[in-house]
Amino acid sequence: MVTAVTSMGRSGLSDWLMQRVTAVVLLAYFLFVGFVLLGGVDYAAWKELYSQTWMRIFSLMALLSLAAHAWVGLWAVFTDYLTERLMGTTGNVLRLLAQIVCGIIVFSYVVWGIQILWGF
Amino acid sequence: MRLPVTAWTSIAHRASGVFLFAGMAVLIWALDASLSSPESFAELQECLASPLAKLVIWAVVAGLIYHSVAGVKHLVMDLGVGETMEGGTRGAQIVIGVSVVLILLAGVWIW
Repeated sequence: MVTAVTSMGRSGLSDWLMQRVTAVVLLAYFLFVGFVLLGGVDYAAWKELYSQTWMRIFSLMALLSLAAHAWVGLWAVFTDYLTERLMGTTGNVLRLLAQIVCGIIVFSYVVWGIQILWGF
Repeated sequence: MRLPVTAWTSIAHRASGVFLFAGMAVLIWALDASLSSPESFAELQECLASPLAKLVIWAVVAGLIYHSVAGVKHLVMDLGVGETMEGGTRGAQIVIGVSVVLILLAGVWIW
């Protein structure tokens, strides 16, 4: 079964590294935003934070990390459960459909996020 | 199904990942509402005051906490710590313990 063609980096080792680098970025981002929210914010402070260039860079980095992380992770899930071995040819069709839907959603998240970050 | 604890934490890591992929839509939507205007920020605050919204946010935050804790365990194992059979079981138990505590704390914070 050809699966490497839909993986993120066409190599298991590359995906492994990508998954960890993006995980660290996402963890840092959620911890940071979590602590900001724990401290309590009003609209002015929140807007001020997201107006900063470094925060937009950090947010876009997290957004792109999310896209790559989700692709690698869902690829692992799809290629484990939606397979020819488990369900015959249907498995291949379902897997490719799932990956198409996943790709559309990931791309939408990225565009939506960029629109939010630079659109307020 | 009778599975070792390591299998459950692994399955939960995957399940929480799939769940978070959908949950991100909620968080991005909330970010959108929080930044658009002072009015939408206030509306979001009002919306998040409802029990149902709190439940949804708690579910997403819980998924985020579990997925993060299990992810950190992976990073620790990548460093060569806890790679034995006993280490794996111990790691899985720690992941469950830490996650439960953090998820409960998050629940307290949200309510």
